[in-house]
Amino acid sequence: MTGVGPAVVVEQLTKRFGERTAFADVSFEVGYGEVFGFLGPNGAGKTTTVRTLGTLIAPSSGSAVVAGMPLNAENGPAIRARISIMPESPGLYLRLTVVENLQCFAGLYELADARGRIERALRAVNLADRAQDLCGSLSKGLRQRVALARALLNDPAVLFLDEPTSGLDPVAAREVHELITSLRARGVTIFLTTHRLEEAERLCDRVAILNTTLRLVGKPDELRERLFTKKLDVRVRTPLDDPGQVFGALPGVQGWDQVSSGYLLAVSDPDLAAPAVARALVGADADILSIAESRHSLEDVYLELIDEDVEARRR
Amino acid sequence: MTFSWTRVGAILRKELLDYRRNRFVIITMAVLPVVFVVLPMIQLFSVPASGAGSASVVKLDTRIGLSLLYMLLIPAIVPSTLAAYSVVGEREQGTLEPVLITPIRREEFLVGKALAAFIPTLVIAYTVFGVFLGAAALFAQRDVASAVFEGSHVLVQLLFTPLLAGWSIWVGIAISARSRDVRAAQQLGTLASLPPLVVVALMALNVITPSSGIALAFAAVLLVIDGFGWRAVAAMFDRERLVTGGTARPLDR
Repeated sequence: MTGVGPAVVVEQLTKRFGERTAFADVSFEVGYGEVFGFLGPNGAGKTTTVRTLGTLIAPSSGSAVVAGMPLNAENGPAIRARISIMPESPGLYLRLTVVENLQCFAGLYELADARGRIERALRAVNLADRAQDLCGSLSKGLRQRVALARALLNDPAVLFLDEPTSGLDPVAAREVHELITSLRARGVTIFLTTHRLEEAERLCDRVAILNTTLRLVGKPDELRERLFTKKLDVRVRTPLDDPGQVFGALPGVQGWDQVSSGYLLAVSDPDLAAPAVARALVGADADILSIAESRHSLEDVYLELIDEDVEARRR
Repeated sequence: MTFSWTRVGAILRKELLDYRRNRFVIITMAVLPVVFVVLPMIQLFSVPASGAGSASVVKLDTRIGLSLLYMLLIPAIVPSTLAAYSVVGEREQGTLEPVLITPIRREEFLVGKALAAFIPTLVIAYTVFGVFLGAAALFAQRDVASAVFEGSHVLVQLLFTPLLAGWSIWVGIAISARSRDVRAAQQLGTLASLPPLVVVALMALNVITPSSGIALAFAAVLLVIDGFGWRAVAAMFDRERLVTGGTARPLDR
């Protein structure tokens, strides 16, 4: 299910529970077909944001449009019909079989061709052969897949996945990642809440980092560029006699630091600076082991922002 | 979106399937009716045949009426445990949030839950009453059997069984919707059986003499409570509180 314009538009959304602020002044957009990562530490307000967008919780202020419908009390059932949320806990009826669970939800969504939809959903999560198994007999990873099948039943315009790999072993987590990748290939809009940074980096087109307030939104590469200067990681067999003379006059090199493995050079453009650095090192008779762009992970971005928040609170 | 019986049916079917596979529910549903039918059965076979006088006939009729009142505890008590579990139990299991995320309205959810407690209760209560009537017809003394079948006893059972069940269910669901844990809900839910117990006790102690007028008044009160019960419980059903554990303005329909 796709539409015109963004799938989710959030403007200055705030939720308070009495004196406690769950999240404040949050604004972002998610496009149709996009995999949008929503990152943040525990208690950052991620799940509350999802529940708010899913009409389970009323915002204290601000506005949102979800699947093309303004978020308000009147539109609650209609929005819920167009979206799906897979909560952190699968929440399956353990005494019912997989297919009985899905039949129940097909009824709740009033789906035509429920049987066909259930079969397609089970195929999508590779569970067609377990349809008659009691959910109570399934492993945690398989239960998560049943929950994902349930979330796909109504062909949602936006699929919210709240910590889908929480508590799963690496193999089960990888299976869920593969499922998300296949959904992405099918054009499903996915709003992925996670605190697993490698998961977000691997799966998401864009990410937002929330820590009660929204700290950053963008593509992982953009966030890295915004927060960190570009660096070249230079490794040599033995330390240079006078690194200042070698690196100081090079165009595009803004500064350098000696590290245990060699040198980290701050550069404006790694592609332009690297050949010049190589020539300078050869000219200085240095034994070059490697010259590579130093890449910051999304984890570095995340930790930088969260550390800033911790520092700000201390002050 | 209007009220959907399809969504009510989805909840109902799920609940009935779940009951069938839950040994605790089956045992509770089987044992309680047996307990409450024992006394009427003893009464049925221990009541001496009435004499020729009209006073004796009235006395027999009263004794039969009182013993049948015990059987009305079945619809009062059997559904209270199910109803008290209905919301808070799902919440504790983590199955409530996935349901509330669907387009279901709270009224549909509550009616589905109520029917899931109401239908088995009605089946059990009427079955037990049928067995009692069969035993009376086949094995009781003739004038005792006549006292069971004549007068308003059968009508009272047929009328009050659904009314008491409805009352017990709505009180139980209301408690469940506001409780934080299952045990507390079920303990409070058993309180739902107290008012009918009081009525039975008062009649047994001859504080209240059973009469058509009292029965009609009681039925009218129960009918009103049952009729408005689901609306009152729907108003107490706070989607946000159930999901977060707090209280706030719900975005709910």
